[in-house]
Amino acid sequence: MARPAFCDLIMEHFGDRVGDGGAGIDMHNIEVGPENVVELCWFLKDTPELSFDFLSDLCGVDYYPDSPRFEVVYHLFSIAHQHRLRLKCRLGDPPHAPTVTGVWSTANWHERETFDMYGIVFDGHPNLKRIYMWDEFEGYPMRKDFPQRGYKDAYNPFGEEREGQ
Amino acid sequence: MTGVTVLQESKRGDGISQEVLLNLGPQHPSTHGVLRLVLQMSGEIVKRTEPFIGYLHRGTEKLAENFTYTQIFPLTDRLDYVCPPSNNLGFAIAVEQLLDIEVPERAQYIRVVMVELARISGHLLIVGALPMDLGAMTVLLYTMREREMLMDLMEMITGARMHTSYIRVGGVREDFPEGAVERIREFCDILPKRLVDYERLVANNRVFLRRTRGVGVITPEDAIDMGLSGPNLRASGVDWDIRRDCPYEIYDRVDFNVITREAGDCYDRWICRVDEMRESVRIIEQCLDQIPDGAFQVDMPTIAYPVDKDQLACSMETHIHHFELSAYGFKVPKGEVYTAIEAPKGELGYYVISDGSEKPFRMKVRAPSFVNLQALEGNIQNMKYLADLIAMLGSLDPVIAEVDK
Amino acid sequence: MGGLENRFPDNVFFSTTDSIINWSRKSSLWPETFGIACCAIEMISAGCSRYDLDRFGVVFRPSPRQSDVMIIAGTVTKKFAPVVVRLYHQMPEPRWVVAMGTCAISGGVYNTYAVVQGSELIVPVDVHVPGCPPRPEALMHGLLVLQEKIMRTHVLRKDPEHAAAEV
Repeated sequence: MARPAFCDLIMEHFGDRVGDGGAGIDMHNIEVGPENVVELCWFLKDTPELSFDFLSDLCGVDYYPDSPRFEVVYHLFSIAHQHRLRLKCRLGDPPHAPTVTGVWSTANWHERETFDMYGIVFDGHPNLKRIYMWDEFEGYPMRKDFPQRGYKDAYNPFGEEREGQ
Repeated sequence: MTGVTVLQESKRGDGISQEVLLNLGPQHPSTHGVLRLVLQMSGEIVKRTEPFIGYLHRGTEKLAENFTYTQIFPLTDRLDYVCPPSNNLGFAIAVEQLLDIEVPERAQYIRVVMVELARISGHLLIVGALPMDLGAMTVLLYTMREREMLMDLMEMITGARMHTSYIRVGGVREDFPEGAVERIREFCDILPKRLVDYERLVANNRVFLRRTRGVGVITPEDAIDMGLSGPNLRASGVDWDIRRDCPYEIYDRVDFNVITREAGDCYDRWICRVDEMRESVRIIEQCLDQIPDGAFQVDMPTIAYPVDKDQLACSMETHIHHFELSAYGFKVPKGEVYTAIEAPKGELGYYVISDGSEKPFRMKVRAPSFVNLQALEGNIQNMKYLADLIAMLGSLDPVIAEVDK
Repeated sequence: MGGLENRFPDNVFFSTTDSIINWSRKSSLWPETFGIACCAIEMISAGCSRYDLDRFGVVFRPSPRQSDVMIIAGTVTKKFAPVVVRLYHQMPEPRWVVAMGTCAISGGVYNTYAVVQGSELIVPVDVHVPGCPPRPEALMHGLLVLQEKIMRTHVLRKDPEHAAAEV
């Protein structure tokens, strides 16, 4: 797929601060660093030609053992113009990213889920606590070094032994 | 009363009024599953709602990283368990985009018929369950009667009543059996008359109208900001349906209306679903008229099982391909894709990252109910009493397995 | 027999007290509405018009304080397990537990960090109903098996294990 016209607008406005991630199979990718994410999101939402008013999805990915290890992926959609965009924000370890709950309030629970599963801390989030696991749970389950069966306890005798036990 | 958290007390007239924290769930008849709500209440008035989820978090995404692509289909079935075929379709389309294969036309028509039947099944349950939460139990018993007819159809076509895993990568698992098309047409003839019955039962009932009209109003701007999709968004007046606007499969060849309402209250969300069932019947009838003969799955032995099972006994290559598919699965080229389909609950998205092996590197499910449920914490107008909250929860139609993955 | 032979007309009924108690318990098994996941849909179908459970005396009660049977229908996660145990303790005796579906029996396909591998690990289970999900007829069969188990229990008579220990 060729680069859509709206991407040219983004590259013009932000220049070096964003990278062109290339055309994906389904939509265009834009790479951005954590320091520019919020500004980019406001630009994408407020500019009339872009008008990305719908945050479809926000998720984390763990590229262990590559470095930088983590990534936050935003999938955006514009109801008025019917176009989609993927933003990718690569983060190091320990991962910190700014919150976009100010831009789209739906990001609230998505960011909580990403924090719960990957340990990515979203600075400025109004209520960053675990959402799926119980509060005292240790570890971040979706990380590649966390075992699928979890650690052995009374509820799951098939789990792995914890180191040091 | 023991164990009530009193937040503040104030003197009013002769008595003392307390603001308390009330715990609703996770085991409760009207929470639609294992959802826990902590309500800050002043008498009957709900000041603040805080949902606690995760009581059904089973680790689907973690499991998906260790399962082959075919093995993930039963996992997707168990996400939105009231309409399993639609979950399968989203994942199948995502993997097919990664593989860059074209599904035969007949298979696309069969898939759309199954997804629309699933949409009817899902909507029937909530159309019956919302009045039951409000006290009108009869409607549920009638909608379950239609749902049983649908389950019979599913069993006839796929072999299973609920978790079908029928839609696979490259097509569907088996063709329609003989007589299936006639049975589906019979069902499509019966359903619209029954829908009129449900509307007559409850849609003009004074109590139902008082409890749902004007209750839980969400404005279109707030709905888009909160990420609502599906009937919840369209009831607020936003005209967006993925089937019409970004058509997939053969949705561009069938003619259907997208139901939108204006008020955005609980009543509109309920009636939106009733009308959507009528449109689904239209889509199914058009598909059954247009369905061509042909293959029900793509003819690639490296991806799909052989159509002619007798070949397994004759041909060594077929045997080897079958063994490799069952034992190892098929490899998918490196890439990533986000596929969104219009599931009954809203936009169901699958973000699949493949690293070139037979298991996905990452599978993220964008569950519509997860986002819809977040609306309880958002900006909802005119949701004052606990009774209104129950109506609101029913009209949002969360399925907790999808919320918790 | 002496004076009691051939004395009573046909409308007199003899039984043991245990049989009568067991019969009354099995004929009015009241489960809690405790659907957790997908099996709950099949449980609802079993309770609705086609596979009617009401004809077995089974009436779903919303409160654990008013129920006899807990049908664990769905996957029990580690976060939810303390709630299941609390609900079990809130049920008055005599109480029974039916584990419906493979997730409740053994964790099912979900051998993960968040799922209890079988509700046997947290509550004592009387009847297992396998299936994913089990058909409504399978659940009905499970409840009938539970009824047979109830008919065999010793209520007033000594439990065989205690009787053997005393000898």
